[in-house]
Amino acid sequence: MSSMSTVTVTVTPSAAGSARTVGTVGARPRVGALTAESVFIGRSFRHSVRDVESMLMSVMLPVMLMLMFTWIFGNAIDPSGGYVDYVVPGIILLCAGFGASSTAVSVSRDMTTGVIDRFRTMPIRSGAVLTGHVVASLVRNLFATAVVIGVGLLVGFRPSATPLEWLAVFGIVALYILAITYLFAAIGLAAGTPEAASGYGFILLFLPYISSAFVPVSTMPDWLQPIAENQPITPVIETIRALLTDAPLGDEGWWALGWCVAIIAVAAIWGAWLFSRKAGRR
Amino acid sequence: MPLAIEAHGLRKRFGRTDVLAGLDLAVPAGTIFALLGPNGAGKTTTINILTTLVRPDEGAVSVAGHDVLTRPDEVRRRISLTGQSAAVDEVLTGTENLVMLGRLSGLSARDAGARAAELLERFDLTDAAGRRVGTYSGGMRRRLDLALSLVVAVPVIFLDEPTTGLDTRSRQELWAVIRSLADDGATVFLTTQYLEEADRLADRIAVLDRGRIAAEGTADELKARIGGEVVELRDESGAVLAELPTDGTVHGLRAAVDQLDRLPAAAAAGATVAIRRPSLDDVFLAITGRDAASGTGTDIGTGTEPETTPELQEAK
Repeated sequence: MSSMSTVTVTVTPSAAGSARTVGTVGARPRVGALTAESVFIGRSFRHSVRDVESMLMSVMLPVMLMLMFTWIFGNAIDPSGGYVDYVVPGIILLCAGFGASSTAVSVSRDMTTGVIDRFRTMPIRSGAVLTGHVVASLVRNLFATAVVIGVGLLVGFRPSATPLEWLAVFGIVALYILAITYLFAAIGLAAGTPEAASGYGFILLFLPYISSAFVPVSTMPDWLQPIAENQPITPVIETIRALLTDAPLGDEGWWALGWCVAIIAVAAIWGAWLFSRKAGRR
Repeated sequence: MPLAIEAHGLRKRFGRTDVLAGLDLAVPAGTIFALLGPNGAGKTTTINILTTLVRPDEGAVSVAGHDVLTRPDEVRRRISLTGQSAAVDEVLTGTENLVMLGRLSGLSARDAGARAAELLERFDLTDAAGRRVGTYSGGMRRRLDLALSLVVAVPVIFLDEPTTGLDTRSRQELWAVIRSLADDGATVFLTTQYLEEADRLADRIAVLDRGRIAAEGTADELKARIGGEVVELRDESGAVLAELPTDGTVHGLRAAVDQLDRLPAAAAAGATVAIRRPSLDDVFLAITGRDAASGTGTDIGTGTEPETTPELQEAK
């Protein structure tokens, strides 16, 4: 290679004779440490705000489900009228899932349209594209969650949480959103097309139904109980429920933390592997 | 003359297919270089290796004075890639796309904005600057795509089939832009399926066949090997009955017509002759001694739709 390393490219000022460096042939200036991250986060925010339909869906669907469960099924499930207190924590997680699922589509779209190859051939951390999608999803979903809690309060949800417990709820909800977003981002990387990414994501959205989100696990058939009891969403829901109401927390909090951290770790490693493997391929 | 791109013995295998089988390249700085070949010849794989996207299995490669394999970031500071499909963000507006690329290229927000306005003007997109790219036509997307590659005037510009899918007018506009890039001092490396495009633009042309350079030289040098115009005999329905290569001279043409005279079909009612430029098929026949490997993508200059190349399908 030594014979090839002495090549220099003649730098000729452009015909326009511009004094600014951008119009003249030369290397790109070096970018600041977090420039790529901040640019891509801004990009993903714009995407979120402009995709009005997804935004509406990710707020409206959980709200409709909550109204349906409290007004239509609620009295049948719990004639005492306290069902709203039970179901709101479940709806919060359902909402996070809906909102994060669009991350799979966004990531897949970037990977399949060739946009990613342009970023990969620039002197930036191209993985920052994914950081942008993840941060946007986190903010989007926290907003949607706030709306859901607000509507919950309107229809009679009466949490007994202290400010410190509210902070803990915020923390665990944010961690859960991060975990499910990372998972959806990895699915977006694995899927061949945005449509497939959307399809795979749909399967994940069924998980909350097989948990203690809507009815206690003890009311389910015997064979389903171990699955519902031991899947990651149940401890997260139980933790939020215990913090918001007076239910006992037990060790559910630790299980919830453990599950979320484990999902983030697995999704991040899987995602990083997929991301590097797919360079130059569509 | 210094070299902007230099490659020795590049090999790349996808599955059981040798996409590149010992490719050598030497592109002088400040020139336009065309890599000509049919679908599946390995054009995109070559570009992917030169632009740091894919590592070759074997071989040495240097771009803009830096080793692609050991110093990819130094190479990335000095290149831009315009791929086969328009790499534009459809949700953002034209201006936002350009400003984003400017910021990612290390420009301040103000400089990025000024550069965006300049490029929109140059590519005749000022009126559409504030519209989402999703509403753009194919030609507008292509122009924006190229503008994005020029946000910073890097020394080496890679264009993978830049005019595939464009109409004749858009294609000619793009050719003018590509020439102006070389005039500004950049090296342009482009791939194409169109002989005419290589002929009109490139200082040097390399013909890629089965992952190797089958021939390389100026357009004139290659044409001397290919021969001149081709005389075609067609029947009433337009089907080609005979194709005779000529050396482009009056004498050669007369000899070809004499040869046609001996064919009974030439005397049939409705039979017509036409003289056409050599096609990529003719180039391949002349250089490799056989037909271009693929039946597609050989309509010279008729603007066929972009197609997924076999090498990409192989890569999935």
